[in-house]
Amino acid sequence: MSSLRRIFSFDHIIRSLIKLSALITFGALFFIVGYIFIRGIPHLTLDMFALEYTTENVSMLPAIITTLMLVALTLVIATPIGVFTGFYLVEYAKKGNKFVDLIRITTETLSGIPSIVYGLFGMLFFVYRLGFSYSLLAGTLTAAIMVLPLIIRSTEEALMAVDDSLREASFGLGAGKLRTIFRVVLPVAMPGILSGVILSIGRVVGETAALMYTLGTAAKMTDGLFSSGRTLSLHMFVLSNEGLYVNEAYAVGVVLLLIVLAINGLSTYLSNKLRKGE
Amino acid sequence: MSKLSIRNFNLYYDDFHALKDINMEIGEKEITAFIGPSGCGKSSLLKSLNRMNDLVEGCSINGEVLLDGKNIYDKDVDVNTLRKRIGMVFQKPNPFPMSIYDNIAYGPRTHNINNKARLDEIVEKSLRGAAIWDEVKDDLKKNALRLSGGQQQRICIARALAVEPEILLMDEPTSALDPISTSKIESLVQELKDKYTIIIVTHNMQQATRVSDKTAFFLSGEVIEFNDTDTLFSIPKDKRTEDYITGRFG
Repeated sequence: MSSLRRIFSFDHIIRSLIKLSALITFGALFFIVGYIFIRGIPHLTLDMFALEYTTENVSMLPAIITTLMLVALTLVIATPIGVFTGFYLVEYAKKGNKFVDLIRITTETLSGIPSIVYGLFGMLFFVYRLGFSYSLLAGTLTAAIMVLPLIIRSTEEALMAVDDSLREASFGLGAGKLRTIFRVVLPVAMPGILSGVILSIGRVVGETAALMYTLGTAAKMTDGLFSSGRTLSLHMFVLSNEGLYVNEAYAVGVVLLLIVLAINGLSTYLSNKLRKGE
Repeated sequence: MSKLSIRNFNLYYDDFHALKDINMEIGEKEITAFIGPSGCGKSSLLKSLNRMNDLVEGCSINGEVLLDGKNIYDKDVDVNTLRKRIGMVFQKPNPFPMSIYDNIAYGPRTHNINNKARLDEIVEKSLRGAAIWDEVKDDLKKNALRLSGGQQQRICIARALAVEPEILLMDEPTSALDPISTSKIESLVQELKDKYTIIIVTHNMQQATRVSDKTAFFLSGEVIEFNDTDTLFSIPKDKRTEDYITGRFG
């Protein structure tokens, strides 16, 4: 009787439920990662990293390089705009300013939109209206709009986390706004801003829907802003979609997974550093 | 002539009338204490003297604050130059998250002193001035945040001294500190008097009697009484001052 009561005690049930939830979460994660690794690693061959894509080797190297180019160009466009917008919102705009409210609502809305909607917009506007056709440029611009809210939000949060007393101290010494922002506020906020930028990299690397109709899915390496290409995620999508290269798709999945894991690890490291700095 | 003259000064936070028709003359190389209960306007007046209230949204003023006869609220006054002349030490120690050396050198660098030897000299002089040189001289590269609260506050004083201000505003500089650090800061304030005009806001009446030459008692945005510290505390003219200093309210 007493042992029965112990087993069914409220405390015991809650504790079991908590452990079970943790187990399910870890289990699912390990299962997915393990499954992809087991299916993918045997098919990772040197051929898949050949410089030229052919239907025999289905090389992913062009896709890797296109991914790097897309990420770099996207950041070049989105980082300055996003970071400066964040600076404007926190450091320059007056509270209760209508324009600021508008930017906030816009960024929040933008971050909630499904990525296929960005893809559709990119296709109609950049690809057709502006006549960029399926190209690196159209893909970059679409991806930049997509990650902008992420960068704005993380910049805003990092800046708001900087203690106002530091700004006061700097102003109190006769430093102007620019000097205060760049010499005092920015160094403290840097890790937070960087982790937002890194999360955007992850977002772009993992994106397919928004890029399919803007960057296109050409298998060769892009040879310019106006040429189509495919990122690693798109490459994986196309391979598995065509049905002929499912095993190779898993191999690409392995590489993609490793890249995303590395990016998340870097982001965690930076945000830990931020917390320690406070 | 007095160093700082406050004339018919009013301050509003939106509709709230926080300072009412303040008139005060502050002499050179004197220590003036502002005392009064919380929310009486003493910190607001202090922040008005180097225009830190410019940063507060909804804050507006009228009246004059004359520094050596020149109104600091005139349109042609450069706020940054003003704040170099009137330095400030805050309630909570707020060193920058950088080395001790860089903390002190921040002000001079702001005002375009970049010569290494000159900076070294200023850093040592300022740290000596704030009575903390002996404690940190071997460790100037250390992050200032790793010092104790009392040391941090003296670093902040040294940082304020480094731009060679004429007036030093101190907003309850010891309220976040332990008694030993407090007495160190108090004796430091006494030493600084030889070179600087000091205005100190304090909640602590004993502190006011210990450090100041003159004391102003604030209540509900008005200066009730402003006199020599000894006189104010021994024979207050106003009933409300008497009530406050004898602890009957506030």
